[in-house]
Amino acid sequence: MFRFVSIQKIQTIKDINFMQKLLLLGDEAIAQAAIDAGLSGIYAYPGTPSTEITEYVQRSKEARAKNIHSTWSANEKTAAEAALGMSYAGKRTMVCMKHVGLNVAADPFVNSGVTGANGGIIYVIADDPSMHSSQNEQDSRFFGKFALIPILEPSTQQEAYDMVHYGFEMSEKYKTPVMMRITTRLAHSRAGVLRKEPKAQNEIKLPEDLRQFVLLPAIARKRYKLLLNNQELFENESENNFNTYFDGKDKSLGIIACGIAYNYLMECYPDRNIPYPVLKLNQYPMPRKMIQKLVNECDEILVLEDGFPLVEELVKGLLSVGLKVKGRLDGTVPRDGELNPNIVALSLGLVVTAGKNIPELVVGRPPSFCSGCPHADSYNALQDALKPYGAGRVFSDIGCYTLGALKPFEAINSCVDMGASITMAKGAADAGLVPAVAVIGDSTFTHSGMTGLLDAINNKSNITVVILDNGTTGMTGGQSSAAFGKIEDICKGLGVEESHIRVIKPLRNKHDENFKVFEEELAYNGVSVIIPRRECIVTLNKRMREKFSQKK
Amino acid sequence: MKKDIILAGVGGQGILSIAATIGLAAVESGLFLKQSEVHGMSQRGGDVQSHLRISDKEIASDLIPGGKADMIISVEPMEALRYLPMLSSEGWVITNTKPFINISNYPPINDVLAELDKVSNHISIDADQIANELGSAKSANMVILGAASPFLDIDFKILENAIRFLFKSKGEEVISKNIEALNAGRKFTENKI
Ligand SMILES: Cc1ncc(C[n+]2csc(CCOP(=O)(O)OP(=O)(O)O)c2C)c(N)n1
Repeated sequence: MFRFVSIQKIQTIKDINFMQKLLLLGDEAIAQAAIDAGLSGIYAYPGTPSTEITEYVQRSKEARAKNIHSTWSANEKTAAEAALGMSYAGKRTMVCMKHVGLNVAADPFVNSGVTGANGGIIYVIADDPSMHSSQNEQDSRFFGKFALIPILEPSTQQEAYDMVHYGFEMSEKYKTPVMMRITTRLAHSRAGVLRKEPKAQNEIKLPEDLRQFVLLPAIARKRYKLLLNNQELFENESENNFNTYFDGKDKSLGIIACGIAYNYLMECYPDRNIPYPVLKLNQYPMPRKMIQKLVNECDEILVLEDGFPLVEELVKGLLSVGLKVKGRLDGTVPRDGELNPNIVALSLGLVVTAGKNIPELVVGRPPSFCSGCPHADSYNALQDALKPYGAGRVFSDIGCYTLGALKPFEAINSCVDMGASITMAKGAADAGLVPAVAVIGDSTFTHSGMTGLLDAINNKSNITVVILDNGTTGMTGGQSSAAFGKIEDICKGLGVEESHIRVIKPLRNKHDENFKVFEEELAYNGVSVIIPRRECIVTLNKRMREKFSQKK
Repeated sequence: MKKDIILAGVGGQGILSIAATIGLAAVESGLFLKQSEVHGMSQRGGDVQSHLRISDKEIASDLIPGGKADMIISVEPMEALRYLPMLSSEGWVITNTKPFINISNYPPINDVLAELDKVSNHISIDADQIANELGSAKSANMVILGAASPFLDIDFKILENAIRFLFKSKGEEVISKNIEALNAGRKFTENKI
């Protein structure tokens, strides 16, 4: 058996023994695979559960030695476009984001299906069924299908590693972007991974047709036809690579198990002998021949998939003529939430052992502001200043400050998508709800708040925008913020009057001064920006610890 | 050999160090391992859990099936109770008795401990006090790991080595404090069973 080795043990490239397994998170396996497969640049904006892919490349000594680009992008759209530029130049590139990030990057993502690729390009999209740290549980496989590009969905960390190599090869073979879809459980679970020999990076090489990426209608129509014609080839790849058909004696049921659902299925049979035929589905477009075989041989089909019932719906068809398909749509599996071994066991009619109930005295322990967090002081001042106007007028955004929705603050009335605070406040002000307040973090502001602020300026909207500047992208673990040192200049440049750009220091002993600033700007009829600025307590503590240990 | 372990606590209490120590010791013992971690939102003072599975055979699921965990190792007593639905009827709870109170409606600690007493197999240990007596308040998590170690089926020397490896950059003093804490926890359990 191979011995494992902790990744921290590896100091130099010389230390790497390719017969040793590395103990890696799913995210880290993808990052290491990309480095080994000749990656030239990774582009991303942080988002749980995808963040650790880029962070791994940023920390990797090998990646640094190979001069792999890995700095954060301002948002997912800029990330996807930069990656497409790198693909245009003939090099291998990866884009990573959480599922909702793909909504932001949807324009380049879908259109890149039509332009196609030059150097290999893989979009890694991390879904979060059960919404462990997200606003929704959308299933990105729909997006991949929508863009008509191949999708890879690994079951294990090792498959994730292997698929990255295959994904780059397929991307270059068919000149198409490839999507890899993972979910939280794979992203954040560690297991042993065996590496392949590293490949060199591609040389710069322009596309053979210099108009490949020019989506003027006349060219786009040709490119789109090519994409449509490629579907058969993509399907053929699906029949012959990562999808596997396992026969079983009992044909009363056939099972399609997608991605990590296959692991839960295996868990239900401790001796690993599943009585039914099983199609382990890890690659899309769906392999029609394999599915046909399963349907021909079995009386009923059970579909196990994490996320939405995509495969189930397709196999079933609108009228489900002549075929019994079980899954999330008929209630065999719950319609929402992530799968787990017991949900899968119950869907197979197996008995599950129940543990004890949670004793009644156990109470919830919701996340809360860290002690010393600047956001808490900002909310205290804002809420006091808002008292004369009444509740219900604070539009907020996504970040640590969203925790202001919880007790004891209950300070905000919306959290929808990154950037929506400013634009929703503008819309509400247009409707007559004045003053309307937007509360947005520094990283979220440069992610997608700036354009909304421009709308507000151009309309002279009566809103007060509070940009909480803690100097970092806090919620996702303290990554650098693209806004750092630039916020006042951006606001000025967009047209906010200088006298209505107010920087304050959110501290308890400055409450009265800060309260006054909020009071004044809420009373001002026009766009004002208040910037409470104090470093995130977590990054501050971390910096101090590092400083201290260096001194020793 | 197969051990399915739920690690529980509150964000920032060091359950990932316990996971890393057991994980490293398991792989050094040539075992398979899967460990799912909590990142992101749930870390901000909220409850956290990690599923740690070690086995001499390949492991299928990253998640432990409900009602089948062999052990709950918790650095906080109410958090130990939160995962009882995961525990098998013969499973063990090894928990700190020192509450971490960052919410206003934390139940009376005596009621929490009384609930723990109802679990047939349990080790309740005031790890904070033991760590304080050793002069290293931060090693309470290693006291808990020590208390759980007799149930782990991993050579104790390998666990000690894993601590040496993980705390290497922190210096000899930190290493020996943590190993002392590990031993103190182990002694506590050995005197109980
Ligand atoms: C489109 C999209 N991308 C990424 C995320 C993940 N995400 C949630 S909050 C956040 C960071 C917010 O940072 P900032 O605005 O500076 O606020 P802080 O957490 O520091 O208070 C990120 C990246 C998301 N929810 N949606």
